[in-house]
Amino acid sequence: MNLASVSLAYLRARGLNTTLNVLLLALGIATITLLLLTTSQLEERMQRDARGIDLVVGAKGSPMQIILSSIYQLDVPTGNISWKEARELARHRAVKKAIPIALGDNYRGFRIVGTEHDYVAHYGARLAQGRLWQVPLEAVLGAEVAATTGLAMDATFNGAHGLGGREGEHVHEMHPYRVVGLLAHTGTVLDRIVLTSVESLWAVHADQHDIKDVMRIAELLPDDEKEYTALLIQYASPIAAAMLPRYINQNSAMQAASPAYETARLFTIIGVGVDVLRGFALVLIVTAGLSVFIALYNALLERRYELAVMRTLGASPSRLMALMLLEGLLLAGIGAVLGIALGHGLTEALGMALAAAKQVTVTGWTWTNDELWLIALALGVGGVAALLPAWRAYRTDIAATLARG
Amino acid sequence: MFALEHLRHAYNGTEVLKVPAWRAEQGAHWLVIGPSGSGKTTLLHILAGILRPLAGAISIAGQDLMALKPAALDRFRGQHIGIVLQRLHLVPSLSVQKNLLLAQYLAGVMQDEARAHEVLSSLDIADKAHAYPHELSFGQAQRVAVARAVVNRPKLLLADEPTSNLDDARCAQAYALLESQARACGATLVIATHDQRIKSRMSNHFELKARS
Repeated sequence: MNLASVSLAYLRARGLNTTLNVLLLALGIATITLLLLTTSQLEERMQRDARGIDLVVGAKGSPMQIILSSIYQLDVPTGNISWKEARELARHRAVKKAIPIALGDNYRGFRIVGTEHDYVAHYGARLAQGRLWQVPLEAVLGAEVAATTGLAMDATFNGAHGLGGREGEHVHEMHPYRVVGLLAHTGTVLDRIVLTSVESLWAVHADQHDIKDVMRIAELLPDDEKEYTALLIQYASPIAAAMLPRYINQNSAMQAASPAYETARLFTIIGVGVDVLRGFALVLIVTAGLSVFIALYNALLERRYELAVMRTLGASPSRLMALMLLEGLLLAGIGAVLGIALGHGLTEALGMALAAAKQVTVTGWTWTNDELWLIALALGVGGVAALLPAWRAYRTDIAATLARG
Repeated sequence: MFALEHLRHAYNGTEVLKVPAWRAEQGAHWLVIGPSGSGKTTLLHILAGILRPLAGAISIAGQDLMALKPAALDRFRGQHIGIVLQRLHLVPSLSVQKNLLLAQYLAGVMQDEARAHEVLSSLDIADKAHAYPHELSFGQAQRVAVARAVVNRPKLLLADEPTSNLDDARCAQAYALLESQARACGATLVIATHDQRIKSRMSNHFELKARS
């Protein structure tokens, strides 16, 4: 026997009440856990995907859309940019590195991204099998693509027009791709795309220009018809940040977008939603605190004889105070542990739903140190809720209580 | 065993108890008798150390209760005084055995399941050790309450109206329980009651007068 077993026995005896309080608290904690886990993972993931890319140049349109479509492979592009203009820009002295991106087709919802080998090198991706593409219509699969589609080395597949997901897309049956390499898992956007040369995307649409020999597409396609979707740019020097975007916006048909600025803007927009959810979760936690308070306070009346008898058995007033505080803390502790477990479970479920939508990866099997604060918050709420009942228990006049009954 | 002198207590300025002097020997059995409102319960609470009288001296087993600090008084009460309340007040969420272990834990003595079993056996309710209070009949609950009061082998056993609302047979039984358990641990027994039926069974009477 000790205070904890007395508390536990009491909480068990009042099962319904206890369950209700624990659940209320657990729901609040779970919501905050879910928010913590998803926002921290999203932010980390988005930062990793945008690392080392100072500027994205796309067709005129929304800068946010350019960033989302060309870096994160989420939104549709604003349009295409002229190959000639892009080549000129890539040679600009303020540009250290320029990686072209060509979009337009997908394979079973995974985007087929036409680019250069630099793109793979930029993210430090390693080949798990095979080699990188050399000629048009050779493809390298990201780790998730390979795992989901089951495509192996030397398998062939047809791309479909569009950026994925929709029924009735036109399939380019004439020009199948061949898998020549598989990438190892990188934890970046590369995991869920199909990589190939820019020429492949031109080749697939060669019929419109009556070109039969797609292997020589780069020679046969007139330069004016060649297009990229975007250019990922790394500055040569910090000064470029001040001049290059304005230069592009004023002197070309292209639009410059800063990933750092646009992602920050994106997070302030998402942040409003996150704040609303967080506020909602805090209301849940405060409600749980109130509920614990009401339960303990009401129980005081019901338990006044029990507490008085414990005094006659030799318990000091501070022991009774400790007992009440312990009950508040126990409720909060159980609620916190349950809530965090629930939060991780929900995050994992959300991750699975998002994986099915081939978008961002979120997992519940990770831990952030902020969750320790969450436990502290829950225990604080439990402790505060028990404070007044504990004080009342401390002040109980046993003789008067027992004389009444 | 205990001695009271010039004891006086009042609620809100109204005197409810006045005991010029009362001494009891160790192992003696006393009956505190008097009509309702004569201060029996107040006297019992003062003896139990859960109520500090307005004035007077109390010593129990050589210990001056008035000199003890609150926490020390709580410990002293847990270890040396057993109390059977009229409404019993077993802790409802704990089993019979746990109620007894709770008494040991709160008194700060070692928790001894063997001792708990021994007391329950001597009261013929060892088979209810794992039952919860709401599963007991009144008679059984009363035995458990007595068991809880004597589990720490108190020097002083107090009982408040243990026989009111009981029929004659049960009244005799309840008295016998207290009497035998007090004898078993050599405790001084004080029963406060207005029940005239047990008057004849006890030789030492301390009578309180009705107050107007």
